[in-house]
Amino acid sequence: MTELSKTGAAVGEPTSSSPAPSSFLEVRDLKVHFPTDDGLVKSVDGLSFQLEKGKTLGIVGESGSGKSVTSLGIMGLHTAGQYGKRKAQISGEIWLNGTELLSADPDHVRKLRGREMAMIFQDPLSALHPYYTIGAQIVEAYRIHHDVDKKTAKRRAVEMLDRVGIPQPDKRVDSYPHEFSGGMRQRAMIAMSLVNNPELLIADEPTTALDVTVQAQILDLIRDLQKEFGSAVIIITHDLGVVAELADDILVMYGGRCVERGPAEKVFYEPRHPYTWGLLGSMPRLDRDQQERLIPVKGSPPSLINIPSGCAFNPRCPYADVPKDNLTRTVRPELTGVGDKHWAACHMSQEQRERIWTEEIAPKL
Amino acid sequence: MSENAEDKAGSIPAQSDGAEAGPAGETSGTATLTKDAAPGEILLKVTGLQKHFPIKKGLFQRQVGAVRAVDGIDFEVRSGETLGVVGESGCGKSTMGRLITRLLEPTAGAIEFEGKDITHLGVSGMRPMRRDVQMIFQDPYSSLNPRHTIGTIVGAPFRLQGVEPEGGVKKEVQRLLSVVGLNPEHYNRYPHEFSGGQRQRIGIARALALKPKLVVADEPVSALDVSIQAQVVNLMDDLQEELGLTYVIIAHDLSVVRHVSDRIAVMYLGKIVELADRESLYKAPMHPYTKALMSAVPIPDPARKNAKSERILLKGDVPSPISPPSGCRFHTRCWKATEICRTTEPALLELRPGQRVACHHPENFEDQAPQDTVLLTAAKEAAELVADEVLAESAETSAAVAAELAEEAAAEEPASEEPASEETASEEVAASEETPSEEAASAETAEASAPESGSQESTDK
Repeated sequence: MTELSKTGAAVGEPTSSSPAPSSFLEVRDLKVHFPTDDGLVKSVDGLSFQLEKGKTLGIVGESGSGKSVTSLGIMGLHTAGQYGKRKAQISGEIWLNGTELLSADPDHVRKLRGREMAMIFQDPLSALHPYYTIGAQIVEAYRIHHDVDKKTAKRRAVEMLDRVGIPQPDKRVDSYPHEFSGGMRQRAMIAMSLVNNPELLIADEPTTALDVTVQAQILDLIRDLQKEFGSAVIIITHDLGVVAELADDILVMYGGRCVERGPAEKVFYEPRHPYTWGLLGSMPRLDRDQQERLIPVKGSPPSLINIPSGCAFNPRCPYADVPKDNLTRTVRPELTGVGDKHWAACHMSQEQRERIWTEEIAPKL
Repeated sequence: MSENAEDKAGSIPAQSDGAEAGPAGETSGTATLTKDAAPGEILLKVTGLQKHFPIKKGLFQRQVGAVRAVDGIDFEVRSGETLGVVGESGCGKSTMGRLITRLLEPTAGAIEFEGKDITHLGVSGMRPMRRDVQMIFQDPYSSLNPRHTIGTIVGAPFRLQGVEPEGGVKKEVQRLLSVVGLNPEHYNRYPHEFSGGQRQRIGIARALALKPKLVVADEPVSALDVSIQAQVVNLMDDLQEELGLTYVIIAHDLSVVRHVSDRIAVMYLGKIVELADRESLYKAPMHPYTKALMSAVPIPDPARKNAKSERILLKGDVPSPISPPSGCRFHTRCWKATEICRTTEPALLELRPGQRVACHHPENFEDQAPQDTVLLTAAKEAAELVADEVLAESAETSAAVAAELAEEAAAEEPASEEPASEETASEEVAASEETPSEEAASAETAEASAPESGSQESTDK
């Protein structure tokens, strides 16, 4: 499985197309495209990964790399709201616990949403309804999936608020979102998403809007809750520090595709894609001695309407000319195994990348 | 003022002539071309600066309270250095930036720029000053007028100041664009045609147009992607070296601040709690808040995933700046707080050369109030969140430092830290001139000092 370099259409780690996923969550060749006046926006363009229960996958990437759309696609929310005008085109397979979500009956997916899979959004103020109390919103989420009376549901809401560390939960349950501080709103949203004990929790930039001290509290909470409930967690962020804290596996996205995927240790200590090197180099680090200079990635992220041909990263890649025959600009690299459960999509040979990383990049970090 | 500056400009040779030798190097002629203050001299001095935003209510809009965004801060910025200001949202760091650029009128205190008091200068009085003090804003989307071309935007400072650069505005603007790494041919494009990082470069070009002495950057990179952040940080670094700029960089990201700053001020609820050289601050932070803040930054190293014990979790949220806690403002969340922290505000004292701290029980240093040992109940609760290792370590280092100091004191004349602290503390109380209300607040917060700081904030609103 490791040394496989496939040339077929399926991107990602080679999987057979037979519907027999052993993983809890398996995404196969997911594509989410949005038609617009300017052209087709290929937000996600062939993404595959698996996730087991009790494990955490970190999806890292810059804005516009397709990480949020991936999560919306899994939740079946890609057609909602701001994308509503013209229908998003989605293809591929998403297997959750043995059910394929894209071809399933929408009513069935709606039953799963909230109960089997739940989401924590980046901005809790816009994700919570300003007209209803926190309690009412949690009660609603609970009663949709459980046939209980309001009193029981409210008791459950208080219990959840208590669990996520909101002081005086029996009083705060009747507060409105605006009466909460940013950190408490995020806690309330976590309480709401966990009220039905979902088996899959997607956290889309859960701490980006928060201060570091509050972020530390929330990350701690997510980690504890995962241990307690044993859910699978996908954490989406641009902050490599946050993924390093939480994730078992890391998936690096660039231009709607996965450029590198592997266990967290591998991706941090032996990254095998120039974009991952770039991310690591452009980040000032508190745990190291002062760097003289950061090593930025030149240029800016690509437009998803005009993804560069060949490797999407080639205009910004300092090593674009290393592979022969202008390969980087003409042929799209596929994910190939570079180690145990570790894949990267790059035309450079493994030896070349290993040498560049150990000799040129790692010493400067 | 401009004449004054001109004189100085004449007398002291331009420090960065070589770098400025571009077409407009000598053109704008008047005040702002050269750096007057030699590196290391005090360029900006702030004393007792306050900004209270009134809260008005009712039919007659009577003032019922005030948000004490900045509540008595002192610091100075030396020429050629970068002062980083960190703190959580709501600590007053942005307000501070707007005060020193005089975009806001201070409630009290004084701001001196190159020895000249600019605290209450009017619009026209400030105009010559504006050449020397420029600002880079956080949001590159809202800080550029969408209906103006880049040429107009970057050229606006020349128009407003009536400066005619040699070779014309257009040529100078194009030079500036290339300095910040943009294509000079994009002169006629509009902001929407640029990406976030490019827009931030446009904002930087505009700030540099008049060759300012001091650039105040409010979260210059926080709206940008990681890879772009590094580009902009490096650009600001290079420009500082080339043009001999002085920066005040306000940011919430501690790793970015460490990377760019020479000295760092940590703010909490409108006060500076620690002001120190970069190395001392990061190696041996003295204020418990600084320590907690730094331990909260997630480290991008999966090997440390389970090293949870190093982290100091703070309880609850930042209290409201409408009625900040009495005494030390951090006492409601501090794991070392004792009675004195609740009653007496600690003064910002230089405990170690180059490291000023406002704390009664500093970390990595001798206890300033050793007689006071009984922890507040809130502190006991807070300490539960702090790993024992951290507590033990901090006690050890404090003891070691104390022993060291005792030896030194035995050798020399006993340096009397105590009376000095009392003096300054009483001064500060007098200066804040709101002792009664503070007492009232203290009673209030004493009750709510425990975990509800967050709820207190919300109910106050």
